[in-house]
Amino acid sequence: MATTTLNPAAPAYRSGLYSWLTTTDHKKIGIMYLVNSIVFFVAGGSLAMVVRLELAQPGMQFVSEAFYNQAFTMHASFMLFLFVIPILAGFGNYVVPLMIGAPDMAFPRINALSFWLLPLGGLLMASGFLVSGGAAASGWTEYPPLSGAQFSGTGTDLWIMGLTLIGTSSILGAINFLVTIFKMRAPGVTLFRMPIMVWTVLVTSVLVLMATPVLTSALIMLFIDRNYGGHFFDPANGGNPVLYQNVFWFYSHPAVYIMILPAMGIISEILPVFSRKPLFGYKAFIFATVCIGALGFSVWAHHMFTTGAVFLPFFSLMTFLIAVPTGVKMFNWIATMWRGKLSFDTPLLYAVGFLTMFLIGGINGAFSAAVPVDFAIHDTYWVVAHIHYVLFGGSVFAIFGGIYYWFPKMTGRMLNETLGKVQFVIMFVGFNLTFFPMHQLGLAGMPRRIADYSASAGWSELNLVATIGGFVIAASLLPFFWNVLISLRNGKIAGDDPWGGNTLEWATTSPPPAYNFDHLPEIRSERPVFDARYGRTAGH
Amino acid sequence: MTADADATAPIPAHALTIHTEAIDGHGSGGVGTPVLGMLLFIVSEVMFFAGLFAAYFTLRAGYTEVVNGTIQHVWPPTQYADLLNPFTLRTESGALNVILPATIILVISSFTCQMGVWAIRRDDHKGFVRSIAVTVVLGATFLLLQAFDYSVLMSEGLTMGSTTFGTTYFTLTGFHGAHVFGGVLMLSVVLYRGMAGQFTSKHYDMVEATSLYWHFVDIVWIFLFSILYLAPLLGRGA
Repeated sequence: MATTTLNPAAPAYRSGLYSWLTTTDHKKIGIMYLVNSIVFFVAGGSLAMVVRLELAQPGMQFVSEAFYNQAFTMHASFMLFLFVIPILAGFGNYVVPLMIGAPDMAFPRINALSFWLLPLGGLLMASGFLVSGGAAASGWTEYPPLSGAQFSGTGTDLWIMGLTLIGTSSILGAINFLVTIFKMRAPGVTLFRMPIMVWTVLVTSVLVLMATPVLTSALIMLFIDRNYGGHFFDPANGGNPVLYQNVFWFYSHPAVYIMILPAMGIISEILPVFSRKPLFGYKAFIFATVCIGALGFSVWAHHMFTTGAVFLPFFSLMTFLIAVPTGVKMFNWIATMWRGKLSFDTPLLYAVGFLTMFLIGGINGAFSAAVPVDFAIHDTYWVVAHIHYVLFGGSVFAIFGGIYYWFPKMTGRMLNETLGKVQFVIMFVGFNLTFFPMHQLGLAGMPRRIADYSASAGWSELNLVATIGGFVIAASLLPFFWNVLISLRNGKIAGDDPWGGNTLEWATTSPPPAYNFDHLPEIRSERPVFDARYGRTAGH
Repeated sequence: MTADADATAPIPAHALTIHTEAIDGHGSGGVGTPVLGMLLFIVSEVMFFAGLFAAYFTLRAGYTEVVNGTIQHVWPPTQYADLLNPFTLRTESGALNVILPATIILVISSFTCQMGVWAIRRDDHKGFVRSIAVTVVLGATFLLLQAFDYSVLMSEGLTMGSTTFGTTYFTLTGFHGAHVFGGVLMLSVVLYRGMAGQFTSKHYDMVEATSLYWHFVDIVWIFLFSILYLAPLLGRGA
C-alpha cells in the first residue's frame, strides 16, 4: 500500500499551546471540537445527575424548584447544542478532508472561527448561572410565554445570545463542509466513491444550512419580544405563541437528523471494517440518507400535535414515512455484518450497541407519530425515553465508537481494549437501567420537567431505578477518561492502519502530517485503501 | 478520465501546500471556491429571512381590529395605512417620505455593482474602481435615507410596539438594513483592495462574491418593498 513520508517539519518557533490556539489545521480544529464537546458533555451530564438525584424519591431533597428548572433546561441545551451537534462536526472536521484526499478544509480560517464561536457561545449560555434569576429555565425549547420577559430573567437573554453564536458556528461549518466536499476531492474520488461518512456530513450540512438560520430568526424574534417591546409571540397584542413553536421546530426537527446522520456515518464506517465486508447496498444507503434529509423538513409539526393548530394527518404520515429510509439503513447494517468475519473490538461493540438501542428508539418514536397515541403520551416520560434512546443510545454510542475507532489515527496510539470493553458494558447496562423504566413512567402518566411527584403516584420505584442507572452511566465515564489518559502516554503504537481500514485516512501516517498526504493511492472505489492492500488496482 | 492518469503519480508536497488545485480533480472548472461559499451563505440568509417573512404573514393573517363596530381583518392597521404609501412624498404632518427614492437608489446600486464586475473582467481598473465607489456611496445613501425614514415613522407614532405591524415592520426592515450595512463594509474592502490594484480579470473572486451578496440584499429589499408598501395599496382598492 501507499507509504507516506512526513513533510519537512515547519520551523518550531511557536510553543505547543500557541500553535493550538492559532491553528487553521482541520485536524487540530477537529480535535479541539472533540475536547470542547466532551467538556460540555461532562457539564451537561452533571446537571442530569442533579435532575436524577432530585427525582430519586418523592419530595424536594437537594435543590430548589427554580434550580431544578435551570438544571434540566441547561442539561438539554449543553447536550444538544454543545455536545452532540459539535462533536459530530468535530469528527467531520477531522475525517472529511482525509477521506476525500484533501489537504485541508476549503476555508481554513473560517473553520477556526466556527470552532472558536463554540466555547464563546457555550460560556455565554452557561454564564446565566451567575446572574440574578439564574440560567434559562423554560426547557431547552424556550417556548413563550414562559420564556418571555414576564416570566424569565437575564439568563434567557444569555441563552438566546449563546445559541445564536452556536448557530452561526454551525452555518459557517456547513458552508465549509459543502465547499470542501464539492471542490476539494482528490482525482478519482467521484461523488459515488465518497465514504458514507462524507455523504452523511454532506446531507447534514444541507440541513444545517437551511434549518439553522430559521432557528436564528426565531431566537431573534424572541429577543425582540423580550427586550425591545415586540409582539411576535404576545397574544395580548395580536402575537401568536404557536408561531414560535412552528419556527422553532422548523429547525429543531431537522436538528435531530443533524444529530443522527453523521452518527449513522460513523457506524457505516465501523461496521464494514470490523466485519471484513463492504457496506451492503452502498448506493441505497446514500439515497436513504438523502431521503431522510428531505423528509426531515416536512415533519416539524409532529412536535405540536396537541396544539390543535397543525394539520395532523399530513405530519403523522410524513413522520411514518421516515421509518422507510431508516429501515433501509437498518437492513444495510445488518446485511453488512451477516456472515462477515466479525472482530469484536470496542468500536464494533459500540456499533452493535447503536443498532439495538437506535432500533428501540425508532420503534418507540413510531408510537409518538401516531396522533391518538401521541395525545396520550405527549409531554410524558415516554418522550424522554424516546429522545434518549435515539440520542444517547443512537448518537452517543456512535460517538464513543468513533472515538475508539479514530483515536489511533488522531494520536498515533491505541486505546486500551479491555478498558474500552469495560466502559461499553457499564454504559450499556446503565443506559438501559436509566431510560427503559421511563417508558413505563410515561405510560403511567408521569409528566416531563417536574421536580417532584406524589409518593402515592406509584412512580417511586422506577424513578429510583432510573437514578441508579444514571449514576452507572456516570461511572462508565471513569474507565473512559482513565483510558484516554494512560493511552496518550503509554498506549500501543498504532501504525498507519491498525484496523485494516477502507478509507483514505488510513493511507497516511498516524497522526497525519500537516496537509495530510504526500501522495494518494489510486482511487477506484469507495474503499481505496482496501483496494491497495489487496492489489485490486494492479490491473489498470 | 484524465484524472485517473494523474492519480498514480506522486504529487510533490509543495504542490499540495501552495496550490490545492493541483490535486483538485473536480474543482478546476465551474464556479470558484469563494463564490460557491458565498452562494451557500446566501442560501442560509434566504432561510433566515424566510423565518421572518413566515412570522410576518402569520401575524398579518391573524390581525383584527374593530371597524365600524365589528371585528374585521384589515392590514395594515388603519392608523398606519396612509403613513406607508410610498407615492405620497410628504406625510400628513409634512415630513418627507423618502422610501421611494431610497428604493430607486438601492436598485441602481445593484446595476453599478454589476458594472464594476464587468469592468474588472475586462481589466478596466479605472471603470471598476469608479463603479464600486459609486455603489458604496449609493449603499450608504440608502442607509442614511432609511435612518431618516425611521425617525419620521417614529415621530408619527409607528414604533416596535405599535401592534404586530410595527414589530414585523421594524424587524424586517431593520435586519435588511443591517445586511445593507454589512454589504457596504464588504464593498468598502473591495474598493480599498481594488484601489491598491489587487484585482485582475484572472483574480476577482472576492469582487464576484461581494456583488452576489449585494444583489441578494437588493432583491430582499424588492420583496420587502412589494410586500410592505405595494401590496397594501392593492388591497385597499381605488
